[in-house]
Amino acid sequence: MSALLSVEGLTVDLAVPAGTLHAVRDVSFEVARGETLCVVGESGCGKSMTALALMGLLPRNARRRARRLVFDGVDLAAASPARTNALRGAKLSMIFQEPMTALNPAYTIGNQLCEVYRRHKGGSRAAARERAAFLLGKVGIAAAGERLGQYPHQLSGGLRQRVMIAMALMCGPSLIVADEPTTALDVTIQAQILKLLKDLQAEFGMALVLITHDLGVVARIADRVAVMYAGEVVERGTAAQVFAAPRHPYTAGLIDCIPVPGRTKPGERLGAIPGTVPALVGTIEGCAFRQRCAFAQPACASAPPVHADAGHEWACVRGAA
Amino acid sequence: MLGFAVRRIALALAVALAVSAASFILLRLSGDVATAIAGEGARAEDIAFVRKAYGLDRPLVVQYAEWLSNTLRGDFGTSLYFKTEVIGLVADKLPVTLVLGLASILFALAVSLPLGILAALHPNTWIDRLCLALAVLGQALPNFFFALCLILLFSITLRWLPVSGTGTWQHFVMPTLALGYYVAPAFMRLVRAGMIETLAADYVRTARASGLSPASVVFKHALRNALIPVVALAAVQLGFLLGGSIVVETIFALDGLGYLAYQSITYKDFPTTQAVVLLLSVVYIFLTLAADLVNAWLDPRLRVA
Ligand SMILES: Nc1ncnc2c1ncn2[C@@H]1O[C@H](COP(=O)(O)OP(=O)(O)OP(=O)(O)O)[C@@H](O)[C@H]1O
Ligand code: SF4
Ligand SMILES: [Mg+2]
Repeated sequence: MSALLSVEGLTVDLAVPAGTLHAVRDVSFEVARGETLCVVGESGCGKSMTALALMGLLPRNARRRARRLVFDGVDLAAASPARTNALRGAKLSMIFQEPMTALNPAYTIGNQLCEVYRRHKGGSRAAARERAAFLLGKVGIAAAGERLGQYPHQLSGGLRQRVMIAMALMCGPSLIVADEPTTALDVTIQAQILKLLKDLQAEFGMALVLITHDLGVVARIADRVAVMYAGEVVERGTAAQVFAAPRHPYTAGLIDCIPVPGRTKPGERLGAIPGTVPALVGTIEGCAFRQRCAFAQPACASAPPVHADAGHEWACVRGAA
Repeated sequence: MLGFAVRRIALALAVALAVSAASFILLRLSGDVATAIAGEGARAEDIAFVRKAYGLDRPLVVQYAEWLSNTLRGDFGTSLYFKTEVIGLVADKLPVTLVLGLASILFALAVSLPLGILAALHPNTWIDRLCLALAVLGQALPNFFFALCLILLFSITLRWLPVSGTGTWQHFVMPTLALGYYVAPAFMRLVRAGMIETLAADYVRTARASGLSPASVVFKHALRNALIPVVALAAVQLGFLLGGSIVVETIFALDGLGYLAYQSITYKDFPTTQAVVLLLSVVYIFLTLAADLVNAWLDPRLRVA
């Protein structure tokens, strides 16, 4: 299989006052054309750092290494900054968590959408505006022509996120990385935006890497799932494999925490895995989950083996049941 | 934007009127005009005569109304000290001060924008520290000392520039450097801090994620939003330079408004002082207005106020 995106042994180290923070540790996954990979995990497990590492947008204090980082035939690990920049916004787009601040307050929506298009595709101002208006319609914004002349502060959060999605689509990307695109929105709008992403994906055929900490979302839209814990992918496979037979105790714990209509009463605290994520500064000996794992055993003190079963992989001393 | 501009201009006019009244009254409270006109050591009946002849015994409100209506017609009265029309005096000196003030601000911006941006692009590196060192030097050196250093270098050693006077553009070079370098550090710090903030903003990350050119990321997306406090400071500094460049005007014998204000206060020349104070405060008010308008143009969110 020739994947659209192939990541092998991705590592992100951050220089922090306390030393080196290993935010992403030896992460591997693949994304095929047109499919949806969901990356899940608790806050701070390195999801955003993984996304930013793909985009080449890591903060200044970060260092990225990878055995293999290939997107659409381009070796991102070896590509010059200019080469990566030419891909961003064109073939490889990103949508962020915070729509309220993701658009520049000083320029109109139209200006910002058109700039991306003209940067990568050239062409006339009119052609760019036409594309922008077309996509605003596609993301469900009425009176698109009028919206193009408006400034971000004149739009609600939900509308701004739709604009961000339109911006990501401007040049017809083959992959969109969406980092918790609905977390900052109202619950009712969250569902609409997710459905929109799914519909647009069906229409335009791009692949989607969706980062979320909500397994309920994953269950609805993922083709494949990668579960991250403390900077590592601890389990990955198709959505069917992971949901039907979670192999890693952490994944199983997350699935148990999904609120089920009827079973969870309103106002009741949702289930959570007890304990906290280990500090990511310095090296972690053995399985990172073992302080919180109900199945921990002496063998877990050394690095757990990776089991594979028909593309379903997990890192745990416990093999297939 | 247009409605905003109209409202702001109306407000500025109202403020100018209030300031003119306040300055008129304050100046009248600071000393007796009749005594000043009659001259040092005048007899009491002479002073009383002057007071009556000039209408200074009428209520302050009436006098203010008269002065205002004269002023609006361009009649600022006659200088008690120079014995000429005040309007002529001011018209003579204003260009010198305006040219010096504007040139200094432009020089300060020309230095501080590139340095501030450069420092913000490489924070906490030797580039940043070098820019900071230049700025600290500018703020630490007393104005007059820097001016004297300039004279030593350019006039006495190199003989490139005239020491004093206002005859040619060369006369303005050193005063501009002296004043501009003095105000530049404040601009540089503001540009650096603003750019560090906007470069870290989400919308700049969006611009990078969209593969925009580095020039667009820095200048179109980051700089525009970092400029707002800089514009406000430029207006304040320019107002300050117009009223407060006495030291530099004196050193380089630039016969400007600052020097005129100094003379008119020393010689109790009420009409001249009044005119200079009014002029400077109106200029100040309209500089603030200009800054507001420029900022409203830079940031559409400011257009609602
Ligand atoms: N700029 C930074 N400098 C230093 N450490 C950072 C920086 N940004 C993030 N980190 C740390 O890196 C680790 C991974 O962060 P990351 O943002 O990738 O988590 P995440 O999985 O996206 O979490 P969330 O669900 O809260 O978004 C965390 O421990 C975080 O504290
Ligand atoms: S390796 Fe051990 S501690 Fe880690 S998840 Fe598996 S059983 Fe639990
Ligand atoms: Mg995150």
